[in-house]
Amino acid sequence: MNELIFFINKVVLSGAIIGCIYALGAIGITLIFGILRFAHFAHADLMTTGAFFALIFASLLSGVGPIAGLPTGFVVLPLAAAATALLAIGLDRMFYRPLRARNIKPILLLVASLGVTLMLQGITRLFAGTSIRTFFTSEKKDIFRIDVPFDLATRNIVITEPQVLLFVTTIVSIFCLHQFLTRTRLGKAMRAMADNANLALVSGINTDTVVSATWIIAGVLAAAGGVLLALDVALKPDLSFNILLPIFAAAIVGGVGRPYGAIAGGLLVGFSEALAVFNWSLLIRPFADFLPAWIEIPTRLSIVPTEYKLIVPFVILIAVLLWRPTGIFRGQIT
Amino acid sequence: MTEYRREIVLFAIVGIVVMIILGIFGQAYTLRMLVEATCFAIIALGLTIQWGYAGLFNAGIMGFVAVGGFITMFLSFPINDSFWQSDAPRSLALFALLVATIALVLFGLSQMHRIGISQRVKTALILVALVFAFFIFNSNLDPIARMIEKEAGFIGGLGLPVFVGWIVGGIAAAFVAYWIGRACLGLRSDYLAIATLGFAEIIKHILKNADWLTRGTLTVSPLPWPVPTPNELGFITARAAYLSLTAVLVAVIFVLLQRAYQAPWGRMMRAIRDNDIAAEAMGKNVNLRRLQIFVLGSGLIGFGGAALVSFNRIFDPSGFTPLKHTFLIWVMVLLGGAGNNAGAIFGAIAVYIIWVMSEPLTLFVFDYAAHYGSLLFGWEPPADLTTRALQSRVFVIGLTITLTLRFAPQGLLPERRIKVS
Repeated sequence: MNELIFFINKVVLSGAIIGCIYALGAIGITLIFGILRFAHFAHADLMTTGAFFALIFASLLSGVGPIAGLPTGFVVLPLAAAATALLAIGLDRMFYRPLRARNIKPILLLVASLGVTLMLQGITRLFAGTSIRTFFTSEKKDIFRIDVPFDLATRNIVITEPQVLLFVTTIVSIFCLHQFLTRTRLGKAMRAMADNANLALVSGINTDTVVSATWIIAGVLAAAGGVLLALDVALKPDLSFNILLPIFAAAIVGGVGRPYGAIAGGLLVGFSEALAVFNWSLLIRPFADFLPAWIEIPTRLSIVPTEYKLIVPFVILIAVLLWRPTGIFRGQIT
Repeated sequence: MTEYRREIVLFAIVGIVVMIILGIFGQAYTLRMLVEATCFAIIALGLTIQWGYAGLFNAGIMGFVAVGGFITMFLSFPINDSFWQSDAPRSLALFALLVATIALVLFGLSQMHRIGISQRVKTALILVALVFAFFIFNSNLDPIARMIEKEAGFIGGLGLPVFVGWIVGGIAAAFVAYWIGRACLGLRSDYLAIATLGFAEIIKHILKNADWLTRGTLTVSPLPWPVPTPNELGFITARAAYLSLTAVLVAVIFVLLQRAYQAPWGRMMRAIRDNDIAAEAMGKNVNLRRLQIFVLGSGLIGFGGAALVSFNRIFDPSGFTPLKHTFLIWVMVLLGGAGNNAGAIFGAIAVYIIWVMSEPLTLFVFDYAAHYGSLLFGWEPPADLTTRALQSRVFVIGLTITLTLRFAPQGLLPERRIKVS
């Protein structure tokens, strides 16, 4: 029984946690991919920048958290999200819009976004250094231990407060996004634009508004993902490409331009990573008596060693590109 | 003459700057900078044919450089006797046999449609076989790797001539590029960028963690040179010899690429880049041609990377960074002028000089800022100011990319349109 609880802690929970983070990033990527038609390489650093905004606000308003009974980093999330959304719109105005106005190939926007990602990296690391930071220097991270009502289980299911907040935030933001995309005029315009840009243009949709809305949503969700990731573990300024690849994999698996696909893709990539690095020998060991004697159970039996975790999203990405380039939910390919 | 005035002026400026550096920092330093710049020029030429000739975005240059560097290390490093005297070579040979068998079985499965087995069954069988192959591969490699690490440190090299290492390094990079290109080139152009970026990060992780193969973070040195080393000739003569070798290589590659650019093949590539639909309508096999140039360019990148790693005399997998080995090269090509080979060479040398000079300059500026900041405002500079200061170079590289795209999208030496009379 304890093994099962271990499995829940190590795979189900941590897969869902990292999957939610990936989903939050992938929604932004897939919207930009679908509406502006380029792969936004600066998204991972936008997430990191959002977390840094939260860190700054948290140090300015350090007394707020205990009043609300929540971690300060989480309380200042709306501020950080607003700042990140503004930053995203500013970056668009400064670097992407002038290029779009020249009617260039989308691939040049991708090159520009690489430039932007380096600039964001340079600035955040210049001002905040490259060391790992945490939101919990003065506050304590609440840990919930859930008792399992079985006699055989002595261990508990462990979940921390930031993780609960992460699930709540993800569900709330997905619900809001769903309402926005299906109920509001602007949301429908965005979907129309992702489906068929020319048709949307001739039917009188205001491109500028749609583009701004896209950046706001992408910025807010990126900040949420970045802050919650930083709350869950710590703020690592050098994550950049290590988180970019899983996010891209999630967006492409879900089908480009499909926000719900991105959520599914994010969870898929998250669970695959957790399953791949899980030490399976722990689950097999209780059955050792039933196995023939010549089978020796190794102490470590994971599909992929932890240091090669990045291979998982890459393999998923390549497999999807080979097998079904439109993603599992039939996104766009051109 | 007037036609090439821009080239002459720009290369003359580079020449003057090199002379100034020679005067300040001395011969050994300048030669070292120039050798590295010529190695980067080979890499930049590889990128300029991918991006400039064919419009393919390769965001994983670091990966191909690392492959080239690893292969040249493996082939040219002296033989490690304690490895060859242990049992490891025998088990490794058996392992290679096993891998060959697995590959044969997989190939056989992939040809099953020939004997009338349906596509669906074939795919399922291949998937199952892949899973099994993966587990067999892992469980067999692990003990061998541990044994090698314990008994011999790492497997050492093969002691072959360095030049063989460079060529095979280029071929290996091209081979990897073939598989990535096969998966991505038929799709929308962004996918290639994503896949190459991921590949580069993974190849770095593998080289860093496979201690039995590369000694990982312990690094391998000293790597042999194709020319006599500084120990035999002294720094200046040896580096000058290396420089003449790389300069000749750059010249040869330049001439060949220039010929290819003007040939019907180059014209076809530009046609595909500018309008792939029209090119396809003219009967060109767009995907095949793209794959061809992607493989060729990556091969050149691998070759240049091999030359670079050999020159540094140390194989350090952690030393490969996206900033220096991917984005710096992008700046070289974008600033120099994509699609113009002379532009790529100019960009490589000019940008590399700026890169080398920027480190002391940044530290100087930040020391100055810290000094006056504390004097005037009582600002206490953080302890890690030097590592942070170097991050400003990341910012500058990013800024250069975006500004070039916006204000000089053709680069300083724009591609020459060949006039049709």
